[in-house]
Amino acid sequence: MAVRKIALRINGKTYTGRAEPRKLLSDFIREDCGLTGTHVGCEHGVCGACTILLDGEAVRSCLLFAVQAEGADLATVEGLADGDRLHPIQQAYQDHHALQCGFCTPGFLMTTLALLRDTPHLTETDIREALAGNLCRCTGYQHIVAAVAAAAAALASGAHPDAYPPFARRVGDSVDPARKERKRNAANDRRTTGAASTRRPRRT
Amino acid sequence: MKPAAFEYHAPRTVDEALALLDAHGDEAKVLAGGQSLVPMMNMRLARPGVVVDINRLPALDYLTLDGGALRIGALCRQRAVERSALTAEHCPLLRDAVRLIGHLQIRNRGTVVGSIAHADPAAEMTAALTILGGEVTATGPGGERTIDADELFVSYLTTSLDPRELITEARFPVLPAGAGWSWTEIARRHGDFALVGVGVVLSVRAGVVADARIALTGVGPTPVRATHAERALAGAAPGDALWEQAAEAVRAEVEPDDDIHASAAYRRHVAGVLTGRALAEAHGRAREAA
Repeated sequence: MAVRKIALRINGKTYTGRAEPRKLLSDFIREDCGLTGTHVGCEHGVCGACTILLDGEAVRSCLLFAVQAEGADLATVEGLADGDRLHPIQQAYQDHHALQCGFCTPGFLMTTLALLRDTPHLTETDIREALAGNLCRCTGYQHIVAAVAAAAAALASGAHPDAYPPFARRVGDSVDPARKERKRNAANDRRTTGAASTRRPRRT
Repeated sequence: MKPAAFEYHAPRTVDEALALLDAHGDEAKVLAGGQSLVPMMNMRLARPGVVVDINRLPALDYLTLDGGALRIGALCRQRAVERSALTAEHCPLLRDAVRLIGHLQIRNRGTVVGSIAHADPAAEMTAALTILGGEVTATGPGGERTIDADELFVSYLTTSLDPRELITEARFPVLPAGAGWSWTEIARRHGDFALVGVGVVLSVRAGVVADARIALTGVGPTPVRATHAERALAGAAPGDALWEQAAEAVRAEVEPDDDIHASAAYRRHVAGVLTGRALAEAHGRAREAA
């Protein structure tokens, strides 16, 4: 079966690889891009361990083929920390013991990132509703809910203006095709000029 | 848990997509959100030889209000429908049903039209199209045709579509002025497919039920309209006694199957309970609107 060239951006950096159309995006991220922070659990869209942001939206990377992400902007757990400094969401998870074995944590962190970006002020019910698509077999969820609430408070305080880097922002609701098209054209332009190969600065 | 090999196409125009479907017939599957198709491919329950990915067709990504109906393009994500002010204002029943599809990661990717084309009778969108009297536009080698919800859903995961046709749009009529609505369901876990789901649209005029529509998921091979219960409601005085009468009518007319998730008897019982609750909630909303 024909192998295709795939170019996409992860955490602001361009990656290229070659893959069969049947290669899942989760596997492409891990095996071809070498970013193994995105975990693979169930591979049929139930566990949420492989959650990433695709053009800013939280999605299950095991339910996408890598070829579909051609030209897309992805954010993975590796994009969160700034060197040794944990992202405020990661810090909250650590502070509140929101992980034990840690296998599910990358997916939870990416879900939390999109949640807090879109809904800075939320109730415990909102948090539980939003986390329902991620399974954790260790913690019993209580500490995760507490961590998300603490992260929400930390981010709402305004002390972390760099919490949402450009690659973690939403392209926009899909009801606006013109905006998506502009974004797609921009992605094509970046590829042809090669300007995308340098990592964008975290802070804006 | 890896899909079998397939030939992949990402057409850039609707015509190109239709030409691919025409050329490959039932060898081809349309890939929109992929939230049902890709799990089935990962588990090799589906092994299409050709995948026609319509995600590069921004012309199909729209949600508009037109002629008393919400028009939803084939690439419009469930999350966009859920967030839309148009949906909230004109079709809150649809918004409430969409919110219960899977989890937000699923809705960020999944499409309303894709769910309809997949035709799982446990899925919210099939019953939502049915209860609102909606229709779809199917485009194929012979041009466009309109298919009513009742004619579209044939059986489990089976529609009256030709393999060479693409549903390009679904139309959900807006709720009638003053109508109350409810969407309620029971699932084993939040985000799972519901064991049973019930949608209700209720209009009350001059102290009696002027119009009642009830549709259910999970109680048959297609989404089901509870026509006996609807007739029992029409012209009667609203209240708990009437809701219970309608619930009994629903229990009598649905024919659910046993499966690993629930027995037929349980589903039948729950269908009645949820119908009663949904009618009471819809009636409350109709009174608020009056």
